[in-house]
Amino acid sequence: MDKDLVIIGGGPAGLAAAIAAKEAGVSDLLILERDNKLGGILNQCIHNGFGLHTFKEELTGPEYAARFIDKALKLEIPYKLETMVIDISKDGEYKLVSYMNREEGLVVVRAKAVILCMGCRERSRGALNIPGYRPAGIYTAGTAQRYVNIEGRMPGKEVVILGSGDIGLIMARRMTFEGAKVKLVAELMPYSGGLKRNIAQCLNDFDIPLLLSHTVVDIKGKERVEAVVIAKVDENSKPVPGTEEEIKCDTLLLSCGLIPENELSNALGVVMNRVTGGPLVNESLETDIEGVFACGNVLHVHDLVDYVSEESAQAGKKAAEYLKAKEGKCSCSESGNKAEASIKINAVDGVRYTVPSVIRLSRMEDRQTVRFRVGAVYKKAAIQVLAGDKEIMNLKKAALAPGEMEQVILQKSVLEALPDLTEVTIRVKTD
Amino acid sequence: MQDIIIIGAGVTGCAIARELSRYELDVCVIEKSSDVCEGTSKANSGIVHAGYDAKPGSLKAKLNVRGNEMMEQLSKDLDFPFKRNGSLVLCFDAKDKGQLERLLEQGRQNGVKDLRIITGDEARKIEPELSDEVCFALYAPTGGIVCPFNLTIALAENAAVNGVKFHLDTEVIGVSKENDGYLVKTSKGDFKSRIVVNASGVYAAKIHNLVSDEKINIVPRKGEYCLFDKTVGGLVSSTIFQLPTKYGKGVLVTPTVHGNLLVGPNAVDIDDFEGVNTTAEGLSDILKRGGLSVKQLPTRQIITSFAGLRAHEDKGDFVIGEAKDAPGFFDAAGIESPGLSCAPAIGEYMADMIVEKYPAKRKENFVSKRKGIPSMALASPEEKKKLIEENHLYANVVCRCELVTEGEIVDSIKRPLGATTLDGVKRRTRAGMGRCQAGFCSPKTVEILARELGVDEGEITKNNKGSEFIVGKIKEL
Repeated sequence: MDKDLVIIGGGPAGLAAAIAAKEAGVSDLLILERDNKLGGILNQCIHNGFGLHTFKEELTGPEYAARFIDKALKLEIPYKLETMVIDISKDGEYKLVSYMNREEGLVVVRAKAVILCMGCRERSRGALNIPGYRPAGIYTAGTAQRYVNIEGRMPGKEVVILGSGDIGLIMARRMTFEGAKVKLVAELMPYSGGLKRNIAQCLNDFDIPLLLSHTVVDIKGKERVEAVVIAKVDENSKPVPGTEEEIKCDTLLLSCGLIPENELSNALGVVMNRVTGGPLVNESLETDIEGVFACGNVLHVHDLVDYVSEESAQAGKKAAEYLKAKEGKCSCSESGNKAEASIKINAVDGVRYTVPSVIRLSRMEDRQTVRFRVGAVYKKAAIQVLAGDKEIMNLKKAALAPGEMEQVILQKSVLEALPDLTEVTIRVKTD
Repeated sequence: MQDIIIIGAGVTGCAIARELSRYELDVCVIEKSSDVCEGTSKANSGIVHAGYDAKPGSLKAKLNVRGNEMMEQLSKDLDFPFKRNGSLVLCFDAKDKGQLERLLEQGRQNGVKDLRIITGDEARKIEPELSDEVCFALYAPTGGIVCPFNLTIALAENAAVNGVKFHLDTEVIGVSKENDGYLVKTSKGDFKSRIVVNASGVYAAKIHNLVSDEKINIVPRKGEYCLFDKTVGGLVSSTIFQLPTKYGKGVLVTPTVHGNLLVGPNAVDIDDFEGVNTTAEGLSDILKRGGLSVKQLPTRQIITSFAGLRAHEDKGDFVIGEAKDAPGFFDAAGIESPGLSCAPAIGEYMADMIVEKYPAKRKENFVSKRKGIPSMALASPEEKKKLIEENHLYANVVCRCELVTEGEIVDSIKRPLGATTLDGVKRRTRAGMGRCQAGFCSPKTVEILARELGVDEGEITKNNKGSEFIVGKIKEL
């Protein structure tokens, strides 16, 4: 089978990318989704707070997803459910996408362009290397969320949560609503990795304590969790002897970070960013492999789905431009010209990474959003943007935190006005 | 009245059961856990040792070399993963070369083939990621790696197909001599048998001492491990041992037969016979010591850690044979390393010993071969298509990290001695063994288990009773 564009994943990223590509004129496209419905992880996020930026109203996850699913259906975008992509490889200028499902078995699609929208997974107990027994009752927060919200099952009654990522905070409230006792949330860092509003609405409103600079140092119980031992950690995140406290519980939920799911990208040989765990991309959200784009949590972990949608629409639009250029229907037909002038974006002084990490002026939109995260908590700081040595932006920030994604918008006209510009630098400026 | 009761369905008990199933004997296996391979057999290095470690003349030496020889054909007959990847014992200080020479000599006496000492540079040619500190190494091309779960499960399934009965979730609480045999009291009632085989791992001394005045003593010796993602499974291709270093007894670094990287174990004697908890000190210790073997251990790629208990008998060798003062009571006790390597040989040795004293007729219809669960992850595109044509459930991926399909999971439940728990499915199919550690697939696997077993999802356990995943429905609390 041949397709102009294959979109891997039908969650918020895949939907927004597909809609934008279709609206930009790509009609021969296909979404491949592994679950039994479109919408991805939004389907289990039944709490509200989605869509404030996009729709100026508060929606639940499934409602937010429905807006995009409806649009995709209206645009008659083809999709396949319960379909797992098992490999992507290169075949000259084409990409071969192998997928499996019950109806068709194993199928290989030859695609001119691919958008990677596989999302992310949660860091597991094993990856955290938490010592102790390995009983039932240890779940990542997202798995517990699936049990409660999709399966209608309770994974436990007395809960300790390690990590204050947003899913953990949401699940603290959700488990409380269902009658479970959430005893505490322990966070290794001296600050939370979650959104401020979630700490207020999910912990403070229910008197659930948040213990910063604490971690789980032991898990007890041979068949089912019976207790966990928490301890304070020092500035190097090492447990402080003598501060251990045993907390009786039957469940430990983990909300300790998300990891972009790039196994397929790696199989294809895409160059990755070590900081984000996602591909390195340019202004078009195109990876180092021509015609392969990435957006959403597979690219870098977002905290708001609104930004996923926005970013993914950009990827869809750029994929459409790429396909047009390939057909020579567009003035920007210098596609594939590797020698094109490009501007590298440096992330320094507290800025951990940027997406994109390089901009080709010729392909840049008038306004280019650059997203990034900072590595620590800052009060009264500024985000400074330098073009070469020249400051082109200085945004005062009352507070910056690793849990909140930041962005700056670069103007094409400003960059164009600086001849021979090769580098833009984004940094946190403190007094 | 049974002919033979085997206590314990670890790799040793299952190997013995399979060998005894060649005879016209009424054999059953009694196991306290909910599945086979739930004790020492599930948490070890997965190594088929070459056989240079044990003292010449010991049972360990004899059975290791024989077990190593048997493993390859057995892996073909019973369809479990085994690979002869070779092993290296590293020497970090030229002063210690004598220790390698002693191992070499010991290995030759034990009958280990093709052993030789090579220089550090030669070793680094075989294994480029080896530490620059390595100055000599003992190279054993016959060393291998095996899937301990599939080895045990394959032996058990084949024994079951040949008529051995397995009583799972059945704990032995007493064994006593009666006139014509033994009375075995269990949590599920009494069994009588002419012969009892004690293959109860860390509990083997307790069982033995119920019927014999020649007491033995077994200490659970804990070993902790870290398992790494398959992306770094190729860091080394051979199994890398160390001579004892200034940090203590060596820690190994090895690929697993499934392509992960494994580092461990330490050795700590404990009192708790179920003490399979890992400790912060233990994990950091094995990573530090294992790290000496290679240029750098990719510790960010750890996907899980675990601990197992070795059944260490005070005298240091296996205790295999009929108890002198308890005729008909046979021990396979103190089966610590290299117990996994030895298992097929222990089965053979024990069966020979039993039928020599208590003659039995060989079956004419013994089924010597077993077909494992087809693996979609390992299948070629053509094989994948064929499997899907036969059963469309093979196209429905449940575990994305290890590419395990609904077809494989259903097969693991439906086959002889099939899985009834999440861990049972995991060990038979690898669903949940990957980098997300069952985060995505466990709700789906629980659903499939409940459907195939005809029970409510709330009854599905991780392993033993009491390890249920779900405590109720929402709105119930």
